[in-house]
Amino acid sequence: MPAGLNRALFTVAGAAVAIVLAIAICSVAIVAAGADPLAAFAAFFDFGASARSQSNGIAAFLNRAVPLFIAGLAVAVGFRMNLFNIGVEGQYRLAAICAAYVGSTFTAPKPIQITVIILVAAVVGGLYALIPAVMKVTRGVNEVIATIMLNYIAINLTSYLVRGPFAGQRAEGELTTTTPDLPESAMFPNLNFFFDWFGVLPPTRGGGVWGFLLVAVVLGLVVWVVLERTRFGFDVKASGLNGPAALASGVNPKTMVIAAMVMSGAIAGLIGLPEILGDRGAFNSNFTPGLGFLGIAVALLGRNKPVGIAIAALLFAFLDRAQGALQIAEVPPSVITIIQGVIVLLVVVANEVTNRLALRLEERRAARQLGRNSPVEVGA
Amino acid sequence: MLGKRFSRMAVGTVAGVILMAAAACGGDTGGGTTASEAPAGESEGTLKVGLAFDIGGRGDKSFNDAAYAGLEKAKTELGAEIKELSPASDGSNRGDLLRQLADAGYNPIIGVGFAYGEDIKKTAEEYPDIQFAVVDSASNAPNVTGLLFAEEQGSYLAGVAAATKAESGHVGFVGGVENDLIKKFEAGFVAGVKSVKSDIKIDVKYLTPDGDFSGFKAPDKGKVAAEKMFQDGADIVYHAAGDSGLGVFQAAAAAKKKAIGVDSDQRQTVKESNLQSVIMTSMLKRVDVGVFEFIKAFQGGAKGGTNITYDLKVDGVGLATTGGEIDDIKDKLDAAKKDIVDGKITVPSKP
Repeated sequence: MPAGLNRALFTVAGAAVAIVLAIAICSVAIVAAGADPLAAFAAFFDFGASARSQSNGIAAFLNRAVPLFIAGLAVAVGFRMNLFNIGVEGQYRLAAICAAYVGSTFTAPKPIQITVIILVAAVVGGLYALIPAVMKVTRGVNEVIATIMLNYIAINLTSYLVRGPFAGQRAEGELTTTTPDLPESAMFPNLNFFFDWFGVLPPTRGGGVWGFLLVAVVLGLVVWVVLERTRFGFDVKASGLNGPAALASGVNPKTMVIAAMVMSGAIAGLIGLPEILGDRGAFNSNFTPGLGFLGIAVALLGRNKPVGIAIAALLFAFLDRAQGALQIAEVPPSVITIIQGVIVLLVVVANEVTNRLALRLEERRAARQLGRNSPVEVGA
Repeated sequence: MLGKRFSRMAVGTVAGVILMAAAACGGDTGGGTTASEAPAGESEGTLKVGLAFDIGGRGDKSFNDAAYAGLEKAKTELGAEIKELSPASDGSNRGDLLRQLADAGYNPIIGVGFAYGEDIKKTAEEYPDIQFAVVDSASNAPNVTGLLFAEEQGSYLAGVAAATKAESGHVGFVGGVENDLIKKFEAGFVAGVKSVKSDIKIDVKYLTPDGDFSGFKAPDKGKVAAEKMFQDGADIVYHAAGDSGLGVFQAAAAAKKKAIGVDSDQRQTVKESNLQSVIMTSMLKRVDVGVFEFIKAFQGGAKGGTNITYDLKVDGVGLATTGGEIDDIKDKLDAAKKDIVDGKITVPSKP
């Protein structure tokens, strides 16, 4: 069996064991909470009885996965370089409000309008990530601390902007604060036609399945190509794995820190757009927070690979969708958080265990082959 | 070393496989029953009321629990089948919850808290045959009823009570979030205080600015704010800060001073017995009345599209008398209440 396949099998097996163990641990938690674990697991697959509730459930599931996937990508780009970009949270919130505001100030044909909004979000996110990057390369400030602090600044800055300079009209008697509404040309077309193809009732939830899903897929492909198939991606990986070695082979670590952070921030800038362009049409005080932090878990779970991140985002979204179904089945919805936390923890442990296991098998194989005095092929 | 790790792995794997099989079986049968039984269980004509809390809602011993009390009353008195849901901690699924209730056949559906305003509007448009209500936000669709409260009137009475009882001539107000809703509490409270003594000192502190709703669930911040007021010489602090109010009570207990609760009769709802005694009174916002009356009106065939304001006239707001600490100034409070109801006093709703 080739070493690469061996390792992939180990990874999959590790993840499967982790998920199963997580279910076991959560069953204990559910029983402790006085509910029935079987009812809980049934609720995860219960998308409702009517056609409408089923398509709504699918829409809610996919719509949740899109921002989680982008958040995971943003964090993973930093992780690849051993850069812990905790600042995704602040970067996406600041980017979202700036993009929503800029988008509301003009009207252009749909493709132009949406492109401008996406660019604004990416630029704001990238620039905000540039701050900790510059601090790191010029003064050696730890990016973890810098980005955590910058999160606080961004969060408070956005809540100031939404009620101050960027505030829009609010309806009489409404207490939520919001930016001005985006023009119709800024709204991303939805993917409801997809449901029509299969003769299923299109979902009504939040404007249907967000078309931004396609942008996320393209983004995932681009990130994969850049990280795995370009010189830049190799430099990032090399700098992350062994900085001095990368430096010795002609990679400027400072440039790489800045490039990776800005790329991470630019992707982070897009996290809020599916929600704004797909449903809300403005940045308001109900804007979903916390996606940046969830992105860390998603990236860890997906092992920093776009495909893995997509799977992790879908898993998290699948669990999150059951919030209502669980409560209708009389199960406390906090089991979702417990399952998510336990899975991440166990997958990280499983990664470590499978890595060591694979390494040991590899060593033994190498030793055997050395004993036979034949050429040795060592896998990464 | 190696053997140990291996055996651990093996045990984990075996246990995992067994559980996976168990979970798979369970999932199948469970899913089948819920899907097939749910529609059959619905009998025609049953009143099914759905209610969605806001983030951190259920169990706040205040606003949201009051809404639940109204729902429970509908269950016992109107024989309604009830279901209450809480959103994810990031609030990303408020609209989903409303739709899930609608899909599960609940009608009417109530959203608790102004954050539901936007989602109720969208959901109401999608489900025109279902009646909705939103607490603390105005009606924004033909099938949405806005349940509003004259918080400034109740707070005026709280201000009168505080100013009369405060021997130091110094009181305080802790607001959760500096938005128009909480400013109504402040405006009423200040007006009430000034109506007793115009030169009284009032400390006003908001925990978070408008748009940052963490101020409703930050007891630590509430405690710090109230501690400062008590140290500066305030005798009584009134809070309109949701969960953060607990911190205000803790500060009052530590300083051996008094506090005024909000929304529910907090002297009854707060669990800690040492905190109960510091709550002189509570400004009641009868969300329970609002919720119950709405359900009752729905049963009677009422349609939405309007706002219902619960004020002093209908006892939609008022002061709690648990503990009997404001019994001695009852005459004064009743007089103030009468003046407001009669229109002799118009309480400002903006500070």
